[in-house]
Amino acid sequence: MTRIRDLIRHFGLPRIIIGLFLLLLFLVAPFVGVKVSTSLSDTLNRFGMNCVLVLAMVPMIHSGCGLNFGLPLGIISGLLGATISMECQFTGMTSFLMAIVFATPFALLLGWGYGQLLNKVKGGEMMIATYVGFSSVAFMCMMWLLLPFKNPTMVWGYSGSGLRTTISTEGYYLHILNDFLSIKLNEHLTIPTGMLLFFALLAFIMWAFLHTKTGTAMTAVGSNPVFARASGISVDRIRTLSVIMSTWLGAVGILVYQQSFGFIQLYMGPFYMALPAVSAILIGGASVNKASITNVVIGTFLFQGILTMTPSVMNSVIHTDMSEVIRIVVSNGMILYALTRKTEATR
Amino acid sequence: MSEKQMPLLEMRHISKDFCGNQVLSDVSFTLDKGEILGLVGENGAGKSTLMKILFGMDEIRITGGYGGEVILDGNVVSFASSMDALDQGIGMVHQEFSLLPDFTATENILLNREPKSPNFFAELFGERMDTLDRDKMEHISKKAIARLGVNLDPDMLVSQMPVGHKQFTEIARELSKEDSESAGQIRLLVLDEPTAVLSEKEADSLLVAMKKLASEGISIIFISHRLQEIIDVCDQIMVMRDGKIIKQVENKDINISEIAQWMVGREVSLVAAQKRQFDYENKEVILSVKNLWVNMPGEVVHDATLDVYKGEILGIGGMAGQGKLGIPNGIMGLYSAGGSITFEGKSLPLNNPRGFLDNGMAFVSEDRRGVGLLLDESLEWNISFTAMQVENKYLRKVLGFINWRDQEAIEKETKKYIDKLEIKCTSSKQKAKELSGGNQQKVCLAKAFAIAPKLLFVSEPTRGIDIGAKSLVLAALREYNQRQGTTIVMISSELEELRSVCDRIAIVTDGKVHGILPATSASTEFGLLMVGQSKQVAGGAV
Repeated sequence: MTRIRDLIRHFGLPRIIIGLFLLLLFLVAPFVGVKVSTSLSDTLNRFGMNCVLVLAMVPMIHSGCGLNFGLPLGIISGLLGATISMECQFTGMTSFLMAIVFATPFALLLGWGYGQLLNKVKGGEMMIATYVGFSSVAFMCMMWLLLPFKNPTMVWGYSGSGLRTTISTEGYYLHILNDFLSIKLNEHLTIPTGMLLFFALLAFIMWAFLHTKTGTAMTAVGSNPVFARASGISVDRIRTLSVIMSTWLGAVGILVYQQSFGFIQLYMGPFYMALPAVSAILIGGASVNKASITNVVIGTFLFQGILTMTPSVMNSVIHTDMSEVIRIVVSNGMILYALTRKTEATR
Repeated sequence: MSEKQMPLLEMRHISKDFCGNQVLSDVSFTLDKGEILGLVGENGAGKSTLMKILFGMDEIRITGGYGGEVILDGNVVSFASSMDALDQGIGMVHQEFSLLPDFTATENILLNREPKSPNFFAELFGERMDTLDRDKMEHISKKAIARLGVNLDPDMLVSQMPVGHKQFTEIARELSKEDSESAGQIRLLVLDEPTAVLSEKEADSLLVAMKKLASEGISIIFISHRLQEIIDVCDQIMVMRDGKIIKQVENKDINISEIAQWMVGREVSLVAAQKRQFDYENKEVILSVKNLWVNMPGEVVHDATLDVYKGEILGIGGMAGQGKLGIPNGIMGLYSAGGSITFEGKSLPLNNPRGFLDNGMAFVSEDRRGVGLLLDESLEWNISFTAMQVENKYLRKVLGFINWRDQEAIEKETKKYIDKLEIKCTSSKQKAKELSGGNQQKVCLAKAFAIAPKLLFVSEPTRGIDIGAKSLVLAALREYNQRQGTTIVMISSELEELRSVCDRIAIVTDGKVHGILPATSASTEFGLLMVGQSKQVAGGAV
């Protein structure tokens, strides 16, 4: 009995409840006419699309910079990489890799500046980060119009200048990771192996980094900055490093998202991307200064699973198309729940 | 005590414990009308607690009340709150000012007790709308200031006053209470270290004011660390130590060294006294500190000069707030500092913790929970982290360039220290915050030992830990010094502890190293240094 209780405590009651609810949805699905295989496929897809963005939370949480509400900054770097890569007419896998290459300098630069800013507002990082995200999105809204992109698939057809709000990745890197080594189990269920492998690679690097000397220092800075300073660590430098890492992961994360989603969403697209990622990692059991790769995996799976399953099951139950409304209610409800939980940590 | 007159205040068999920790036991004394009682004792002797009981502070009641009785003018009293104490004519002036900086002296003196005159709005809305009677206010505050016999402008803003005037304003406020309706005649004034922040001249005029008040029949309990003042002004002197009254004598033919001896002369048999005769003749100076200033709040160092010899254990003692803690914190670079530090012949950059560590020094902070530990991490992390970061210990190379954390090595090292220092824990993976204070202190020491420093600063190593852990920690330090030849600088408020471990002891007073004496010197001499009686002893010539 105590072992079971220990197990529950270790895993966290909220996760068990959410997990059971998700299981329930899968069990109910066939009886209301929702195909389990399609649902499972969707869930896997969404999981793969989002988990790198969720992973981008980890470095900043570890260094005590809080949750990365400034994720849009990383996403913007990714968008710049994506559009520049397309402008250069790279196609296929090259196009995807070049997008990462082009995005990297932006991520480093923006991340560095963002890090400097956060070092000046210790204690109030999350609020500042939120507005860094918002204002950078607004600034880029102007830039997308003004930047001299020429590729006809990207610019507005009637004026010949200014980028469109949504740009299709078809012909460039659509499903480039999804289709890599993908396993088609049946007509409705495909496992996006490449995308999952790519995430696994990044997660492994992250895990490994946290086991190095610098990674250890990062965790210590988050745990007690004064202690770290008294151990000869330059707290500001470690924090800046963590912010740069988070920003770069945000950039890569959005590229992974786009290749599966099929579209690059510019302008207001990045505006609300931070909250689902923040919520996912909180639901996964992370706290404001403790997070692990397991938190990322569990959190993303539960969050995206619920988000996929609830609307389709509910729709079929009440026979009206309310999927969008339900999706909004569920996702914001989960965000709300997650933010109230933000100090609880299970490791 | 005189037979013909009933004492104003009598405290009988007062005892008090905080959660089983006895801070006062069987304290009895009397105080006559118009008498000044000087109350002296080391930090933690129980002076403040005694005054809190007298003043009916909430803190006392919350922690379970006190034993014994307080008798005021022949009646047993028990104050439910400090307001009751005020009503009975007891005033208290604390060490820290409680004044509103942007109000004038008059406004501060009469705050919330202002004489008021009714007006039209007050008729409608009640007395909260009364007008302040400025003339009467000024009259009362002038009268109170006049009783002190000082020159204080009642219209001056507190923020523009010199410190001394702020102190007078506080006292005037207590005096003025007899002019308001609720409080009775002020009969007893408690001054808790009123001169600590004053310059000598300001302190002198305060002493004059105190004598004037006493001559008007107000009794005063005067707490001070400056023994000369006590001798100058008091009729009775009471010395407290470890929650007991060691001595209550009339102030006749008493000199400072006697009082100092009463204050610190306790025999503690924590560890057998340091017996070795450290040979300073042939030793080199390992660390030389010149004109160090450190801006550490509450422990400011002004101008400290100090030589530390290789292989010795140097103690740094002194009263709280005098700057002894500022010295190691400043040298390490945790607080901004200036001056020059030479370690092993090399000049050391200041304000750079990394440089401090890289040069082979380590610091065990007095702030265990804030600076010393990663409370949320395992013991393994706590013990290995600093050594890992500074000296690349417990790391192994992966692929030739990645510094990988070597879990096995960390575990082994942690287990070694757990055994050696007898750290009580469930496993090396237990979180630091779950340990008791004494065991946390041992973890802090293990962390420093793991770096294998050439010079180790240990700040308040026994603060807040029980007697058993204390002796273990001290023994560990001494053993470490003997085995490894590590030079140790130990900072502590407890003189006896320093005397039992150290070779020499430096006393820091007023942000300066006031003197260095061999640990075998009489406690009187240390007492003298602590209260600011200069007796410089050259560093090497011990």
